Amino acid sequence: MKINLLPIVHLVLAMVAAPLLSGIINRTKAIMAGRRGQPILQAYHDLFKLLRKGAVYSRTTSSLFRLGPIVNLAAIITGLLLVPFAGCPGFIAFDGDLVVLAYLLGLARFFVVSAALDTGSSFEGMGASREVMFSILVEPTLFLGLFSLSRLSHSLSLSGILYASGVTGWIIGAPALVAGTLFVLYLAENSRIPFDDPLTHLELTMIHEVMVLDHSGPDFGLVLYGSALKLWLFGALFVGVFSPDLTEAGVWIREGYALAGMVLLPIAVGIVESSMARLRLLKVPQLLVGAGALSLLATILVLG
Amino acid sequence: MHGIVSVIVVSIIITDFLLLSAGWLKSAIRIVAVQGLALGLLPLFVHQDGLSFRLTAIAILVIMLKGIVFPRLLMRSLREMNTVRTITYYVGPMASLLVGIAVLSSSLWWGYVLPLPDQTGYRLAIPMVFFTIVTGLFLIVSRRQALMQIIGYLALENGVYTFGVFFAQSESMLIEIGILLDVFVGVYIMGVMVFHISREFDNIEAGQLSTLKDWFQNRKELAGKDPES
Repeated sequence: MKINLLPIVHLVLAMVAAPLLSGIINRTKAIMAGRRGQPILQAYHDLFKLLRKGAVYSRTTSSLFRLGPIVNLAAIITGLLLVPFAGCPGFIAFDGDLVVLAYLLGLARFFVVSAALDTGSSFEGMGASREVMFSILVEPTLFLGLFSLSRLSHSLSLSGILYASGVTGWIIGAPALVAGTLFVLYLAENSRIPFDDPLTHLELTMIHEVMVLDHSGPDFGLVLYGSALKLWLFGALFVGVFSPDLTEAGVWIREGYALAGMVLLPIAVGIVESSMARLRLLKVPQLLVGAGALSLLATILVLG
Repeated sequence: MHGIVSVIVVSIIITDFLLLSAGWLKSAIRIVAVQGLALGLLPLFVHQDGLSFRLTAIAILVIMLKGIVFPRLLMRSLREMNTVRTITYYVGPMASLLVGIAVLSSSLWWGYVLPLPDQTGYRLAIPMVFFTIVTGLFLIVSRRQALMQIIGYLALENGVYTFGVFFAQSESMLIEIGILLDVFVGVYIMGVMVFHISREFDNIEAGQLSTLKDWFQNRKELAGKDPES
């Protein structure tokens, strides 16, 4: 029996290289602003520093608070097992795994939100409320987009719908719309700039960051690592949708395409972040509903 | 050809969504201009029997009017009146977007139950036409400023025009040109009226038109005349 090693290689690559993406974003922003910027490996230094520290737990918190970062990370790693990379199916692939992926992301979010509520801090409650409100809009958008792709490629598995649209699909336009939607979701889910400024620590405006204020030391490290992996996961989804038909191409071409995509995407995010300001909080749901409208349009194009 | 038409149809639907979510009068005018440009390109690609002189002339006329002249007129009346530059709403942008999603879904259904005896095969055309018309009507009733009502009227007319492009033979495009001239005069007169309303009443809020009566009475009292006599 021949064992396919590629999914394992991809998983290890994701686990090792994920923190690099935020380094690329920060370096792009620094160059756009004319600064030299922090080292590109800064995220690794932060992670190692946090993992060496001890954690402080408030007496009002319960075990749910300690569970939050762990379940979050575990759910995202499980999600990574499902996402295909470079045209090669994920570690686990079966019919309907796109639903599992969406629910794993939901599980991760549920535990982060519960841990935030568990602290009893009003700020974190506010962040949790915002996160849940936005996720109400994010999830149907993601589902509709994946549904239209799945209808287009007549497949229910992520490995069937990514890297399969090809040129014929692009003419209909649905994959282009879904790719646009996924880019918006990429920014929203990873709290990048039009939705949330990752640099600010002003409680009134933060969404994701405000929920993890009470996590310290290794717990906070796990949260940071989880968000780095989430950046990789959504990047892999986007690169998979925004792809020519590579089923015939050789392994190295596919790997090269996917890796180039994973590097170019953070650069694009850095350019977006340098060129626009954060949206007003009231405008955020509007943009998400707009993305939902796009993915509905993609679904209509595919169904019609 | 079919691919380009789908791209234009999808971009018109997207401009409708952008109109529903616009927050500034200026950006709404720009969006309606982009919609006009997209519409103008449509007759060049819909009719498969090649480019005739007549079609090209119509396309150029429509692009000139909808893409350049109307937006300029609207921009000028926006510049000349002292009004708030943001759009004021009865129904906010977020709810409008949700309404738009619902309307798009239901117009897809209309497209199925009201099939037209057409041979063109553009299945998204009817839903797009319905969606654009209803978006225009919705903008007229859900925005407070008179300028936004002109923009809603333009979107409505864009929908009607697209209907003509898809389902009229090229001869009856003559009617479209006639309508287009009417709309031109309409927008011109509306622009002048909005300008006068804003100069007379300091705002163009449709919700405050009931103050018109009071203003009229005040004028009579100031003139020292009893309205009864």
